[in-house]
Amino acid sequence: MTRIEQTFKKLKADNKKAFVSYIMAGDPDFKTSLELVMGLPDAGVDIIELGLPFTDPMADGPTIQLAGGRSLDNGMTLLKTLELAKKFREKNDSTPIVLMGYYNPIYSHGVEKFLIDAKAAGVDGLIVVDLPPEEDDELCIPAQAAGINFIRLATPTTDEHRLPKVLQNTSGFVYYVSITGITGAAEAEARDVGPEVARIQENSGLPVVVGFGINTPQKAKAIAEVADGAVVGSAIVSELAKGKKVSEVLGFVKSLADGAHSA
Amino acid sequence: MANDLFNSFMNGPDEKGRFGKFGGRFVSETLMPLILELEKQYEKAKTDQSFWSEMDDLWTNYVGRPSPLYFAERLTNHLGGAKIYFKRDELNHTGAHKINNVLGQIILAKRMGKTRIIAETGAGQHGVATATVCAKFGLKCVVYMGSHDVERQAPNVFRMKLLGAEVVPVTSGRGTLKDAMNDALRDWVTNVRDTFYCIGTVAGPHPYPAMVRDFQSIIGKETKQQMHNVEGRLPDTLVAAIGGGSNAMGLFYPFLDDNSVEIIGVEAGGKGVNDKMEHCASLTGGRPGVLHGNRTYLLQNDDGQIMEGFSISAGLDYPGIGPEHAWLHEIGRAKYVSITDKEALEAFQLSCTTEGIIPALEPSHALAHVMKIAPDLPSNHIICMNMCGRGDKDIFTVARHLGFDMSGPEGRNME
Repeated sequence: MTRIEQTFKKLKADNKKAFVSYIMAGDPDFKTSLELVMGLPDAGVDIIELGLPFTDPMADGPTIQLAGGRSLDNGMTLLKTLELAKKFREKNDSTPIVLMGYYNPIYSHGVEKFLIDAKAAGVDGLIVVDLPPEEDDELCIPAQAAGINFIRLATPTTDEHRLPKVLQNTSGFVYYVSITGITGAAEAEARDVGPEVARIQENSGLPVVVGFGINTPQKAKAIAEVADGAVVGSAIVSELAKGKKVSEVLGFVKSLADGAHSA
Repeated sequence: MANDLFNSFMNGPDEKGRFGKFGGRFVSETLMPLILELEKQYEKAKTDQSFWSEMDDLWTNYVGRPSPLYFAERLTNHLGGAKIYFKRDELNHTGAHKINNVLGQIILAKRMGKTRIIAETGAGQHGVATATVCAKFGLKCVVYMGSHDVERQAPNVFRMKLLGAEVVPVTSGRGTLKDAMNDALRDWVTNVRDTFYCIGTVAGPHPYPAMVRDFQSIIGKETKQQMHNVEGRLPDTLVAAIGGGSNAMGLFYPFLDDNSVEIIGVEAGGKGVNDKMEHCASLTGGRPGVLHGNRTYLLQNDDGQIMEGFSISAGLDYPGIGPEHAWLHEIGRAKYVSITDKEALEAFQLSCTTEGIIPALEPSHALAHVMKIAPDLPSNHIICMNMCGRGDKDIFTVARHLGFDMSGPEGRNME
């Protein structure tokens, strides 16, 4: 059983919903980012999504684009992102880490080598935005074979007909993108999201977490009520961008986690 | 015969949208159903006679096709070697080859019931062509243009506005074509129901590279026929400039299986293809990667981060290249070279003074390569170069580089 599967099993036993947080690795620099990641589990984060910076994040809004830019400007790389994960894993053996980003840095590193390095760093799952099921041979299948979950995005444009294809090779959990759009843009509405989540749960037998457009504890609660968990990214990243101290950002994260956990 | 078909260079892409290992569909799930639908509709239109009848009518009466095949006699004499022809796609309505493709995509968009068209543009030629055709059909048009390009291509920005398009200056990244494409994709992912993304080059996720090539290959088809009419044979060498590579792919494609025809693509060498990446020569100075929906050669660093290219020509300032070019490069069917800003500027001036044609900076790169090879070739060697755009849009840039002051009141009014 992977750390992701264990986490959902434990949450289910406790009758709790998952709170998933996204931060950009290396934003604004390695040290601050490491300090933040280290504090996430105590702030109530069940699963950590660690953004792998990329120059051309086509599915992301300005908040995450700028975070990636800061991170790259301060010398972040794929290898340093894995080093960050490894440092976290040395202190924490239970909270799953999911790398989220785009394919090119991974492809450039070499898929085989990347999977070995990611596994060694204690990475549990991958979300690669620009790898739809049509390109499963690239990374999805090899990742599963290496024991790393490949978490698929399902979206409002994923219709009945297409859903089975999207779910076919996904594992760990399914990430439902609540809106058509980029990260940090429109606001998700629980009433629109609920039926979609139910449909995916039924078809996949996997936990379904919902992300994009969740930015307050109230929203996190509302979404978590109709799903297996809520993801918050841009709202956390923008706190950091405002120049808040790590402890303050962690305080905000805790309020979001409490929101989701009260569902 | 089956074997001939198997050996053809014209069969790509395969069902996964691949040319060899290049191409593909590397897009987010939100867009995936949209590009599958586009592929379906395009396949349907492709074999529909009424689609091509509408295209032919507009190509003839709106664009002004066929564009002439012109014997550049004084240039030929000046260089003293090969016989040089220009395919005059700069004479098209809107002044470049871009409209060939835009017409096809907009007619397709209409058939699909889309009411809003988005596009990315570098030099502004694709944006102008898209704004033009949208005006003609009464469609809403939004053009994403890097803020840096908005500055250096002011006349085209004003053209688009006159044509009723909304021009959105893109400030993310370094504000060039690559960043405009990112923002166009972000728009598309947000407005999935009513919006059609009209891509201007042979890049992007499948089916765009093949679709844009098919629409642009009117250039090569006409060239083949015209060359047959005037010379009674195939040309020996084809030369075209490459940013994303659509005018080149359009010229090359119908000749891919004519093995006697040498095919040369000319990339933008900027200040020179060096490790400082002050160029846009993806094939000469890049390596395979994945960006904007396809696998192709990209300018990138060791970490797989995309580099900003550099070129005097906004139309060539793109860190990638169409996947079919990447494939033709790897299998060796086409040869790719690079030309520096300085060489392109010399060619620009030579075309003006020997042929009375002010070329765009993009085909000036192609011409610069012709200037390099023509003198050493025999007089019965036929070179055909695609004069894919006219240079009116570039006169400010060229003036600046030649130290000519155009900042007087008239110049200001233009901006």
